[in-house]
Amino acid sequence: MIALLLRDLRLAIRAGGGFGLGLAFFLIVVVLVPFGVGPETELLSRIAPGILWVASLLAALLSLDRIFALDYEDGSLALLATSPLPMEGAAMIKALAHWITTGLPLTLAAPALGFLLSLAPEAYVYLLISLLVGTPALSMIGTFGAALTVGLRRGGLLLSLLVLPLYVPTLIFGAEAVRRGAEGLDPTGALMLMGGITAGSFALLPFATAAVLRINLR
Amino acid sequence: MSMWEYANPKRFMGWTRPVLPWTFGLAGVCLLVGLIWGFFFTPDDFRQGSTVKIIYLHVPSALMAINAWIMMLVASLIWVVRRHHVSALAARAAAPVGVVFTLIALFTGGIWGQPMWGTYWAWDPRLTSFLILFLFYLGYIALWEAIEDPDTAADLTSVLCMVGSVFAILSRYAVLFWNQGLHQGASLSLDKEENVADVFWFPLLVCIAGFVLLFIALVLMRTRTEIRARRIRALEARARRA
Repeated sequence: MIALLLRDLRLAIRAGGGFGLGLAFFLIVVVLVPFGVGPETELLSRIAPGILWVASLLAALLSLDRIFALDYEDGSLALLATSPLPMEGAAMIKALAHWITTGLPLTLAAPALGFLLSLAPEAYVYLLISLLVGTPALSMIGTFGAALTVGLRRGGLLLSLLVLPLYVPTLIFGAEAVRRGAEGLDPTGALMLMGGITAGSFALLPFATAAVLRINLR
Repeated sequence: MSMWEYANPKRFMGWTRPVLPWTFGLAGVCLLVGLIWGFFFTPDDFRQGSTVKIIYLHVPSALMAINAWIMMLVASLIWVVRRHHVSALAARAAAPVGVVFTLIALFTGGIWGQPMWGTYWAWDPRLTSFLILFLFYLGYIALWEAIEDPDTAADLTSVLCMVGSVFAILSRYAVLFWNQGLHQGASLSLDKEENVADVFWFPLLVCIAGFVLLFIALVLMRTRTEIRARRIRALEARARRA
């Protein structure tokens, strides 16, 4: 399992784009928003939690189709299926690798971008925590979506149609936690629920992902 | 003889042929009676005026929008467990019907909401979760369309349906957390105290029965079409090989 994780990480770093593209996309979206809604600081700081969460969601979505596509094409996914490592474990590791290459950098970069959107100072810590707790769920749900569409030639658009509705609960709790943090309310409820989503998806979705992969490899 | 024998495609075609016109007929009668009774022979509500009459379209379609998804979930489970092809095809056939019911519920809700709340759309928990349900339906249908091999498509969509159900329920409660809305509570519950008044209640029941029958009739008809389409495909494949 660790070997697979290290292999995926190495591939993501050497191929470039894994870290870079997602982050650059995140930056671009956040920079574009003030052009769209105007530069008023008050307005920006009010919508900043939502913007940051939606942008990280889209950035995570961007790299999803690469989770399985290359392995499927060159046959290493079939090898993985025949290896002693259970498919469920492989699915979880894939999600973890995706999180380390996109979710984690996004989380670390988000406070800097929050500064650009003049996020309320009290909210930074909650932004960091909520992204840290929430982005693993995004990776796991996305891995499931990627497994669903791996056999399709033009799966990209379909992937976003399938995955984005599944992201709704995470997005709601994530943005809500940051908003409550910014307004000085207690955000623990939202954070706990989001932690529940993350834990639940890591507990259950590997099975669904593995089932779907087996069907696609048939 | 077990009930599963009715799931054999040939037998399914056999017993649905006589049943289908009856279901359609009953659905038509129920809808006609319910809607005419509801629209013309019930009093106006003392607060809502005549706009209350849209309830006869709104509530049944909203109910069926959810029930259609549940039916798809059950059909998907049957497909995964027992691999009856008719079951998978019925799930496929139900999805577009469910979409239409969701749309009807959303539109009639908007038309009702405009005079009542002063807005066609509000980011209310119930409204939002219906919109999300609509997106789930779209994704489900799109996945069916995208995959060529019918068995793979049936397998993948049934997994999607199961995962989607969990997330649909999750979204429902997440949205509740996010916004406490305008929409009233359930207008139909077994607890008689909370129900709408009897004058509205009986035509509403007839309308609901009509929508349920209409749903069953449409799904049966679409499933028959799917079975025929698949037979044609099989025949074509055989002809090409010969």
